[in-house]
Amino acid sequence: MPITHEGLAREFEFVSNPGEQKHISESIDGTAPIMQEIAYELIVGNNIDVDRLTVEALAEGFTANQLLDDGLLNGMAIVGVKFRDNLIFVPEVLVAARAMKAGMTHIEPILSASGAEPAGVVIMGTVKGDLHDIGKNLCIMMLRGAGFVVHDIGVDSSPEDFIDAAEEHEAHVVGMSALLTTTMPNMGRTIATFEDMGMRDEVRIMVGGAPVTQDFADEMGADAYGDNAVDAVDKAKELVLLLAELKSS
Amino acid sequence: MAASDGKPGILDCLAAGDLLIFDGASGTYLQNNGLEPGGSPELMNVNNPETVQGMAKQYFDAGSDIVLTNTFGGNKFMLKRYGAEERLFELNKAGAELARAAAPEGKFVAGSIGPTGEFIEPLGTATEDEFFDTFSEMSKAFEAGGADAVMIETQLGLEEAEIAIRAAKESTDLVVMATMVFDKGPRGYFTMMGVTPEQAVEALEKAGADIVGTNCGNGIERMVEIATRMRAVTDKYLVVQSNAGLPVLRKGETCYLETPEFMAEHYRKLAELPINILGGCCGTTAEHIRALVETVRA
Repeated sequence: MPITHEGLAREFEFVSNPGEQKHISESIDGTAPIMQEIAYELIVGNNIDVDRLTVEALAEGFTANQLLDDGLLNGMAIVGVKFRDNLIFVPEVLVAARAMKAGMTHIEPILSASGAEPAGVVIMGTVKGDLHDIGKNLCIMMLRGAGFVVHDIGVDSSPEDFIDAAEEHEAHVVGMSALLTTTMPNMGRTIATFEDMGMRDEVRIMVGGAPVTQDFADEMGADAYGDNAVDAVDKAKELVLLLAELKSS
Repeated sequence: MAASDGKPGILDCLAAGDLLIFDGASGTYLQNNGLEPGGSPELMNVNNPETVQGMAKQYFDAGSDIVLTNTFGGNKFMLKRYGAEERLFELNKAGAELARAAAPEGKFVAGSIGPTGEFIEPLGTATEDEFFDTFSEMSKAFEAGGADAVMIETQLGLEEAEIAIRAAKESTDLVVMATMVFDKGPRGYFTMMGVTPEQAVEALEKAGADIVGTNCGNGIERMVEIATRMRAVTDKYLVVQSNAGLPVLRKGETCYLETPEFMAEHYRKLAELPINILGGCCGTTAEHIRALVETVRA
């Protein structure tokens, strides 16, 4: 069955990569009209309708997992593609995030009560000396949208803050952000502290932020570099798999 | 506008066809001279004034016609993170005074206003009035400290930049400049908030800026591309302050790879467009400014 919601079908047109087209269309095809409506309203940032439709769908007997997988995440997948491809920018992503949150407010309690397995546990923070968090917050929103449990330790986070949080929450992935060129080296220092504390093999570490590059990430010994918020999600997924392989071998 | 004492102002120089030279980076200099990583640069204006004045002096010595004040994060939102929001006027005025004290006769001081890092409602929690008030207060402090201009820089969204321009214009008699920072994405150059170079020129000029342009960026070759697009849509004055490329890590230290000589070659192209005011951003030093001056004034 094709995408039946007219608005969502129009939004899907923005997905141009064949692999992504296949993946997203398979995920949307055959979903209930109300799920497609939720996905669409999320993409356009209509938090009031996402809130209302989520409540309605739950009352109609749809499960929290259906709402997440068939509604919110399908919408967020298209938001992610449009953002990466410069079709939308930070303002549009922020309103989509707000809409996502409106839906999650109703389904999160149900999901956590059911003990569903998350995609992974991620610690996210801006490194010591850096007070900038717009990029980090975007990544957190996309990660949560992709089913990760994310613990946000905020800005100006010391190596110890990252380590304590990683231990406490048994994290799979630690994500570090920096905006300032002057604080970027603190990412490397945090990685070194993980090594000193014998924690380096327990987690996979990813880095990102405006001045950060793949070379920079390699040089400081990070496991992955996220070029943008969508990339951060892809990298986090890869790292969770990698960590599982490392730990099983 | 001529300065009140009758000496030629920034706009007089530009009207006479002069190419003016801006300064280079400040963060690295301050860190090498006592600023803790993550410390407040603006507090140095009162706690370590010799360093801040020394930084301005080295750029004037290198040939800068205009030097920025050390007040990039002097808005109330950033100062609040250091518990210093009550000292906004004092810190911004001190910044202007220090640059002024270092300025030779006939040279200029521009008060730096960077982004707040906040979003206006409904995207964020800040209000338009809060933005206006903080930018107005900063601008008045610059004027009180002897600045010639306000430089609203590294802007990402039009709304914040436009409010800052309006605040500076309505609160002072200073020349107002505004620059935005563009990233190169799959569809070309946009700010993080989705503004193109052409949209930036149109909106910032319309908001009342005397001089508009771009700063920071990712290396000077890209700045030539952005500046070319800007020049194609306006006959008014343009300013470009380029960083020395994105930093790389070498032995745990942050390094910028674009040399003074490399940048100077591209500054020449910018001057030919023409861009009316040229300077540096992150990673540029007095050496870069010296090479810039030698190239475009040769």
